Amino acid sequence: MDDNVIVTHDLTKVYKMGLVEVHALCGVSLEIKRGEVVAIMGASGSGKSTLMNTLGCLDQPTSGEYILDGEIVADLDDDQLADIRNRKVGFVFQSFNLLPRSTALSNVELPLRYSGITSGRKEKARLALESVGLSDRIDHRPAELSGGQQQRVAIARALVNDPAIIMADEPTGNLDSKVGQEIMDLLLNLNKESGTTLIIITHDRKIAAQAQRIIRLHDGRIRKEVAA
Amino acid sequence: MNIWRAVIEALESLNGNKMRSGLTMLGIVIGVGAVIAMLALGAGAQDTILGSLSGIGTNLLFVFSGGEDESIRNPEPLTMGDVDALDDSFFAPSIQAVAPVLQGNAEVSHGGEVSTVTLTGITPAYFPVRNYTVIEGEEITEEHILGRASVILLGVEVADTLFGRRFGLIGETVRVEGQPFRVIGILEERGGGMMGSQDNEVLVPFSTAQARILRRSPADRVDVIFVQAVDADSVLEAEEEISQIISQRHRNAIGENDFTIFSQQDMVDTASSITGILTTFIGGIAAISLLVGGIGIMNIMLVSVTERTREIGLRKALGARKRDILIQFLTESSLLSLVGGIIGIFLGWAIGAIVGLISANSGTDFDPIVSLGAVLLATIFSTVIGLFFGIYPANRAANLVPVEALRYE
Repeated sequence: MDDNVIVTHDLTKVYKMGLVEVHALCGVSLEIKRGEVVAIMGASGSGKSTLMNTLGCLDQPTSGEYILDGEIVADLDDDQLADIRNRKVGFVFQSFNLLPRSTALSNVELPLRYSGITSGRKEKARLALESVGLSDRIDHRPAELSGGQQQRVAIARALVNDPAIIMADEPTGNLDSKVGQEIMDLLLNLNKESGTTLIIITHDRKIAAQAQRIIRLHDGRIRKEVAA
Repeated sequence: MNIWRAVIEALESLNGNKMRSGLTMLGIVIGVGAVIAMLALGAGAQDTILGSLSGIGTNLLFVFSGGEDESIRNPEPLTMGDVDALDDSFFAPSIQAVAPVLQGNAEVSHGGEVSTVTLTGITPAYFPVRNYTVIEGEEITEEHILGRASVILLGVEVADTLFGRRFGLIGETVRVEGQPFRVIGILEERGGGMMGSQDNEVLVPFSTAQARILRRSPADRVDVIFVQAVDADSVLEAEEEISQIISQRHRNAIGENDFTIFSQQDMVDTASSITGILTTFIGGIAAISLLVGGIGIMNIMLVSVTERTREIGLRKALGARKRDILIQFLTESSLLSLVGGIIGIFLGWAIGAIVGLISANSGTDFDPIVSLGAVLLATIFSTVIGLFFGIYPANRAANLVPVEALRYE
């Protein structure tokens, strides 16, 4: 197996806003090793959301190469992208994005449903919730959980399909610093135990400092990479 | 994602917004209810009318004086001569029996009670030809005819009006246009007919009516000739024979008959086509409300898609393909209309039952019929409407770009 889970070469992304072309990414080349913890930082408008969307296969780059876990992502159609996201990427969002009417267990089960697994889904989802320390909350709905607990459910959901990478977009942004740190500890622990690559998009220096490497973006380019 | 799971999820989501789901469904409920009720009433009306027509008597033909349209001038009236000519098994082998009739309105009284009834002068052949029987007493016989006897048979409604009872009336005297008649029998109840109740009728001997009540000119004139064919298969041949015999007697030019032959089948056909047209017409109007209900579903599904943009984005981020989202929303819209349709079927059935009750109370025998076909049609149609009007919103949801959908506030 290749050592690098993510390899990009000269990624660009151009949005057309009427007549104006906005260059969100201007030739981003990077490599992320399997099991690595990487923070992506940058001011708003620096292109870090675009980079996250591209690396998370939510969007295709305008040009450039992207290989995720040995699969060439460019040229895939919408449904193939959906399949890659399902199998290889676990998302953790700033605002949790749980389905409000579903229980914690069904929320975690959701990616399994789309991956066509028919048996043992509940069991897998239960295990994932256990690994984030919520085995006693599986039948609760999001409204009955605290912010930290909701984010744990979201992390369990990201983990449940054994993805190659976890994409965390400001995972602590909606939490107070104490709970935020707990979530960070949980993410780092999971990374240590299972070796899942963790990519954190953040503008919080304290959070970024806990990564092994920080990639700073500025105007759609990588300004510098520093070991944290 | 299997269908069962999709259905459960759709139910959860519809359940999450009960008021809205209910109101959306109401459109379909009313539409399907109206269609079912209209079809049921139509089928019931058809049944009632056809039932009363078949009560007229099978293998029956009516012969009237006068052409089918205005082109025939001065038609020669039908006479007893025509009747005798038809009642000839050599020239008219397909004819079983011939019953000439004089018919008019007359005032019948007994004691202080007066009633205006249909008075029919008949020959004995009338009873088998028209399927008439008596519940008490005797029928009119050849002797009564020959003797111009002042005897009368009463329909049950007449008996009810004049005497307040239906039995023990034999030998009573009633007055018809002031002349005394002896009651010799009571007719069996026949129910409603096309031209009013058939029970508000009295029968007297043909010769008596001719001589004393319904005087016609020429004197041997006949109003209607009822003809019974040998069997159902020979009705057409009987019609042919009647046409030939009478046109010959009346010296009609070819194609210019001054009389009209009407068969029971003609009446049935006319009645079926009229009720059929009515049912289609009213059902069509009801179907429009079903269409409006479908547009309501589309409207609400569009709102739902917009409202749940973030959810759709999330599902896509987690790996939902276009198909998954499409199925999710189509399941919701078709469930809405299917459930609405089922409730609508019960509503329509209830409307039909209520109309049936009301008409039963007002004395008309009328049973609305909710047929299995109508139920199937309504169910399938409402589900198809849900699918059809769900396609556009579902497609819109399925084609959302995940990045933008996730960012949507």
